[in-house]
Amino acid sequence: MTMRCAIRHGLGIAWSAAFTALSVRTSAAASSVLEPAGAGARLASKLWWWIGGTLSVLYVLIGALLVFVIVRRATRVADGFSIPPPDEPRERRLAKIVAVNAVLTTLLLVVFLAVSLSVGHAVVALSSNVDVRMKVTGHQWWWEIEYEDPVASNTFVTANEFHVPVGKTVDLHLVSADVIHSFWIPNLTGKRDLIPGRNNHVVIRAERAGEYVGQCAEFCGLQHAHMRIVVVAESDEDFARWLVHEREPAPEPTGEKEIHGRQVFTSGPCVMCHTVRGTMAASRAGPELTHLASRRTLGAGTIPNTRAHLFAWITDSQSVKPGNRMPQVPMQGADLDDLAAWLETLR
Amino acid sequence: MRTCGGAAIAICLVLCAACKREERSFRVEPPDAARIDAKRLSELHPGSPPPPTPVHNDYEDNAFAMSEGKRLFNWMNCSGCHAQGGGGMGPPLMDDKWIYGAAPEQVFATIVEGRPNGMPSFKGKIPDNQVWELVAYVRSLSGNVSRNAAPTRDDHINVKQQEQSTPVQPPVASAPPPPPAGK
Repeated sequence: MTMRCAIRHGLGIAWSAAFTALSVRTSAAASSVLEPAGAGARLASKLWWWIGGTLSVLYVLIGALLVFVIVRRATRVADGFSIPPPDEPRERRLAKIVAVNAVLTTLLLVVFLAVSLSVGHAVVALSSNVDVRMKVTGHQWWWEIEYEDPVASNTFVTANEFHVPVGKTVDLHLVSADVIHSFWIPNLTGKRDLIPGRNNHVVIRAERAGEYVGQCAEFCGLQHAHMRIVVVAESDEDFARWLVHEREPAPEPTGEKEIHGRQVFTSGPCVMCHTVRGTMAASRAGPELTHLASRRTLGAGTIPNTRAHLFAWITDSQSVKPGNRMPQVPMQGADLDDLAAWLETLR
Repeated sequence: MRTCGGAAIAICLVLCAACKREERSFRVEPPDAARIDAKRLSELHPGSPPPPTPVHNDYEDNAFAMSEGKRLFNWMNCSGCHAQGGGGMGPPLMDDKWIYGAAPEQVFATIVEGRPNGMPSFKGKIPDNQVWELVAYVRSLSGNVSRNAAPTRDDHINVKQQEQSTPVQPPVASAPPPPPAGK
């Protein structure tokens, strides 16, 4: 690591600590706007380094001047109260210095404005050639993602996690089902609000493969903090394979337990809110579950997707994520066991 | 000074009252569904009258629960037949006519057991506490719950009056409509 790199990294950490709003901390790694992996985020971080860097230097400079002035004054005036007699030429000199600095400050602000506008222009220009389109709907408190396709049968819906091809431009059409949310993936793009009754768009272009965690960035109710979204950026071949897999309906269960589990699902309260393609469950109130087992987390990033957490979520999600819209489902024994077994086959 | 203190106390009281409206308990105990005699629809009964056992639905004092009921009303597709309370394929819910009774336990039974001529049974499909939220909301449509807790503003255009300002429609006993004459 070069010296410049080390300084940059150290400053980045210090800034992240000072401005916690810049980063989303996850169990695995911190996703931060200062480590861009997408076109939009790279532009934003460039702007941040320009303006933040300049202002930091000025801040230190002004602080040092202030300290200097205080120290100098303390040594010159013995009693601390007497006012020195007016010194006309000196006053005129000081007035000139203030005027010059005011002009410099204005010029600096104009430069910032120009840089900021050019970055804004570049961000808008990103959306010129769109390769993949999807619609992202914000719900209290989870994300619904619909992949659009000219062939109607190729569209599909998933929740809280979506894949994108590396280096391709992805247009996200942002809408809200209830209140104002804000879509934000620090490593990939800046924030864009999801406003009920309005159609917003944001473009993302991942530059390298990886998993990027996003977070709702507009307070949207009790579980605003547990409204995460995961973006998996992968190669074109992996993405194409994922698309094909995701379009398929749920696999037919083979074991006795799994068949009973599916029956519990379709005859119980689950069917009133959830969709599993390939079964009669087709309601859109809750997240779509067709490929639930392939996702990393449950409850929009609240808990990891394991058997034990699945049990906890089904029977008492209110203790895991208080206030969420899933009711307590009075289910136990073999029913619960088989239901979880079937849900785990939904790869 | 004294008036200031009095005003402060009054403001605190108002704030406390407002707090209660937004109180969100995620574990309000709904009435026990097993205790409800769903089949009793008429005032007529053999022998001496049994002591009345009115069911109090705690959700009717809870603004959050009723707004959830409002949400569920659409999610569970009640609006498919009853529209937003004005009725369509199913009877209206915002008037004073209650074919199968207006008491909370009767509305509960209507949802859970279903009724002839189209009302399906939601038994086992909707958890009990959500059914009680729906019951509270359905009763709020005709102004039969506390006005302090009834849902207020709708986020989208809705020709219906908000539940909070619905005039009270005291329930009127009513039988199912008679079959058309000549058949």
